[in-house]
Amino acid sequence: MIQGHQTWVFNSKPVILASSAVGGPFEAQGALAEDFDVLHGDIWLGEDSFEKAEKKFLEQACEIAIHKAGMKKEDVQFFLSGDLMNQIISSSFAARTLGVPYLGLFGACSSAMEGLALAALIVDSKAAQNALAGTSSHNGSVEKQFRYPTEYGSQKPPTAQWTVTGAGAALLAQEGEGPRVTSATIGRVIDMGLSDPYNMGGAMAPAAVDTIQAHFRDLNIDHSYYDMIATGDLGRVGHQIAADLLAKHGVKIPAKKFTDCGILIYKKNQPVMAGGSGCACCATVTYGHFFKRMRKGELKRILIVATGALMSPLSYQQKESIPCIAHAVSFEMLEGRN
Amino acid sequence: MEKFLFAFLVGGAICVIGQIMMDVFRLTPAHTMSTLVVVGAILGGLGLYEPLVKFAGAGASVPISSFGNSLVKGALSEAEKTGIVGVLTGIFEVTSAGISAAIIFGFMGSLLFKPKG
Repeated sequence: MIQGHQTWVFNSKPVILASSAVGGPFEAQGALAEDFDVLHGDIWLGEDSFEKAEKKFLEQACEIAIHKAGMKKEDVQFFLSGDLMNQIISSSFAARTLGVPYLGLFGACSSAMEGLALAALIVDSKAAQNALAGTSSHNGSVEKQFRYPTEYGSQKPPTAQWTVTGAGAALLAQEGEGPRVTSATIGRVIDMGLSDPYNMGGAMAPAAVDTIQAHFRDLNIDHSYYDMIATGDLGRVGHQIAADLLAKHGVKIPAKKFTDCGILIYKKNQPVMAGGSGCACCATVTYGHFFKRMRKGELKRILIVATGALMSPLSYQQKESIPCIAHAVSFEMLEGRN
Repeated sequence: MEKFLFAFLVGGAICVIGQIMMDVFRLTPAHTMSTLVVVGAILGGLGLYEPLVKFAGAGASVPISSFGNSLVKGALSEAEKTGIVGVLTGIFEVTSAGISAAIIFGFMGSLLFKPKG
C-alpha cells in the first residue's frame, strides 16, 4: 500500500488481462503502426463531428480490450476514463454505450495513467474483480477546442505538438496472464509559470521530473530497476528538458532507456513538429507498443510517466500559466507467474 | 523588370514583419493580422501607403496591410463627396469587391467540400 509520500505499492500485483490501441490515418503512417489493433483511414469514422468520432474511437478501444480478455461488457465491473474534451464527453458518452459503473476522470493527457493507477487500486483492494481503464484524444476535436478552428490553418511553432487521434483501453483483473501493475506514484501539480500553449512539453517536463524523483525516492530504487522509462507526451523539446533537469538533480538515466511516447509514435519525416501529444499518445504507445514488447519478453519492467497540462482554453486566454501533473505507473512481467 | 524585384522585396518585408510579430513577440495570428490592417490604415490616412503601392505594385497591394489602406481610402473619398456620413458609407466602397468575393467563393467552396471542422 502507501509507501513513502505518494506511491502505492500493489501487493496483489493486478494483471493487465488485455489492452487495446486504436488509431487514425496519421498514426497508421507512424512508426508504431504495427502495434495498433485497429487503424482507421478516416478521421471522421463516418460521423459528422470530430467529437462523435473521438467517442467512437474510445468505444472501439474498450470493445477490443474486453473481447481480447474473452469477456463480455456485462462482466466489466468498473470503467474509469478521462479525455481532453470539455466535461469529458468522450469518456462519459462511451460509458453510456458500455453501460458499466463509471468513474469519469480529468487529468488531461495524464488520464491514461491516472485511470490505470486507480483501476489497479480498486482491483488490488478487492473492491472489484476487474476494472477497465480507457482514454482517448482526437486531433480535430482538440485543435478546435484548445487552439484554432481546423479550417483556419493557423501556423505553429516548432515546439508545438501533434495531438494523437485514437484511444486505448486496458482491462485489469486480480488473476490472469500479462504485465502486472506493481506500483503507482501520484504526481503533484507543478507550475513553473510557463504559459505558452505551443510548448506544452516544456511546461510539463518539471512535473515529470518531480514524479520520477518521487517514485525513486518512495521505493528506494533507481533507474537500474527498469528496462525502460517512458514519459507520456513531452515530445522532443520537453523530453530533452526533462532529461536535463533530471541530470541537474543528480538523476542520470541512460538515454537509450529514457524515452517518450510522443517521440516514439510518429516517424521523423511526419510533420508533427516536436512530436505527438494527447491522452491517446501515452495510452496507445503503452497499451499497444510497450505491452506487446513485454508480452514478447523484450521488456521486463517499465515505468510509464503520463504527463498532463491542466489548463483550459479559458484559463490561457486569461493569461494564466499552465499547471502540470505527471502520474507514474510501473509494470512488470513476473517470472513464473505469468 | 525592376518592378518585380521591388514587389518581391516590399511584399516579402511585410510578411517578415508579420512572421516576427508571431514568432518573436508571440502575437496570435488574429492579433498579427489586425495589427497589420491598422498599420495599413494609419499609413493610408497619412498618405504614405499609396506611394508604396506605386513603388512596389502587388508587393504592397496584396498583403493584408493594403486592406487597411483601402478602408481609409474609401472612407476619405466618400467623406469628401458627401460629408461626414461618407466615412460610414464609404468604408467598404473600395474593399467591397474583396469582401464579397471572400463570401461568394467561400460559399462555392463549401458546396464542393466539407466546410465544417
